[in-house]
Amino acid sequence: MQTRWDWEYAFEILPDMVQGMLITIAVTLIGIVIAVILGLFLALGRRSSLKWLSYPTAWFIEFVRSTPLLIQIYMLFYALPATDLPRWLTTWPAFVTMFVALGIHYGCYASEAYRAGIESVPRGQWEASTSLNLKIKTTWRSVILPQAIPRSLPPLGNYFVAMFKDAPIGSAIALSGVLFVARAFQSADFRTVEPFTIAGLLFLAVSVPAAAFVRRLERRVAYESS
Amino acid sequence: MSQVEPVMPTGSSPKGAASVEMKQVVKAFGEHVVLDKLDLDVDPGEVVVIIGPSGSGKTTILRVVMTLERIDEGHIRIGDRQLYHEEKEGQLIKASEKHIREVRSDISMVFQHFNLFPHMSAQRNVMLAPIKVRGHTEDQAAENAKRLLDRVGLGDKLDHRPSELSGGQKQRVAIARSLAMEPRVMLFDEVTSALDPELVGEVLNVLRELAASGDMTMMMVTHEMGFASEMADRVLMFDKGTILEQGPPEQIFKDPQQERTKNFLKAVLSH
Repeated sequence: MQTRWDWEYAFEILPDMVQGMLITIAVTLIGIVIAVILGLFLALGRRSSLKWLSYPTAWFIEFVRSTPLLIQIYMLFYALPATDLPRWLTTWPAFVTMFVALGIHYGCYASEAYRAGIESVPRGQWEASTSLNLKIKTTWRSVILPQAIPRSLPPLGNYFVAMFKDAPIGSAIALSGVLFVARAFQSADFRTVEPFTIAGLLFLAVSVPAAAFVRRLERRVAYESS
Repeated sequence: MSQVEPVMPTGSSPKGAASVEMKQVVKAFGEHVVLDKLDLDVDPGEVVVIIGPSGSGKTTILRVVMTLERIDEGHIRIGDRQLYHEEKEGQLIKASEKHIREVRSDISMVFQHFNLFPHMSAQRNVMLAPIKVRGHTEDQAAENAKRLLDRVGLGDKLDHRPSELSGGQKQRVAIARSLAMEPRVMLFDEVTSALDPELVGEVLNVLRELAASGDMTMMMVTHEMGFASEMADRVLMFDKGTILEQGPPEQIFKDPQQERTKNFLKAVLSH
């Protein structure tokens, strides 16, 4: 086992590593879209005055937030196809399993971000809407959410950076993301330093600008709502 | 339960000031009874000012008429329609949300802290409800909003966000926003209390003009005793969940009958 850094080897594996990273990024981006939408519906469902809707929603969020992502991935990938439901419904490629799992997992976190945003809208906004006889739907769409969502964006952004860093867990179900590729090189070539260092650097290259963007967003929202 | 007269068509036009009739209205927050079998009749076009110590529940009177708080007992009638009840097979039953919404379209409220929509321009604030609730077109609503903002002296501030307006200007936008719904009853909850003293006058001027127009019934909670004595048709002294005494302003302010009213006025007028 060698530990010295070999530039030639590093450049040789770089294209495959980048390709793996593109899959990791793709899974994250689709996961974000799912989480953004699902999170909003979960937040609204949890706030509903209908108990048959709000209770199960709250339980679901609690369950997902209290169990590890890896277990949820295994449930979707191994346990779900073992049920009696038709195969075409339950058996998904690793790529699909991964963005669904990320979307659901972080959708539950996103719902908390939305909830905080919704609760930050003063009660007077609801009362003004009643006084103008707005329908509840109009109140949500035109008054509450346009104020709540901008305030939810910074925490949402932080969750999505975290989601990106969780995406390599997909290697546990053989999704050929960046970590899976790195481990393939490790077992094929018995090299560890280059694959994992490159994987780390690739994450750094995406996460740092993303985190900076979220911080800018935070400042802007703080400025606009002041 | 008290007897309620059957709903009588009065032949009044769909718009124009409406009466407000509160009968044996009870509202409690837990143990604390805020409205204690309150009876209050307000005539169409009347300007009623409610005064009283803070915590006496005077704001709650407005809030139950606006349906921001629901009543525990009693009846409230707006014009010839019950607010919290509807008639079914000759019986008054608890009203559906749909019925409440329908009657509520006659009422609008202006708040102490304005409650303007901060993400919209002044004009958009005024346009929203007419478009969404009354189905006005964009152009119609824009035109009407411009006219109303002109009326409250803000014709040059159409595109300003609330954050760019002074307190007095915000409150005038809020009044225009309520007027856009052509309410038959308007409720004013300490609308000058959050304003810097030099901005109170511009809001009172608008209220004066509204009161003089007689287009709507006005119920206001205020600490502006000078304004109350000038504008009110009737002043109610409210304390401990009930109306302690009421009458024309000259009587209440010059010759109060109740000891508590005297003490209250002394306290308010001396600072």
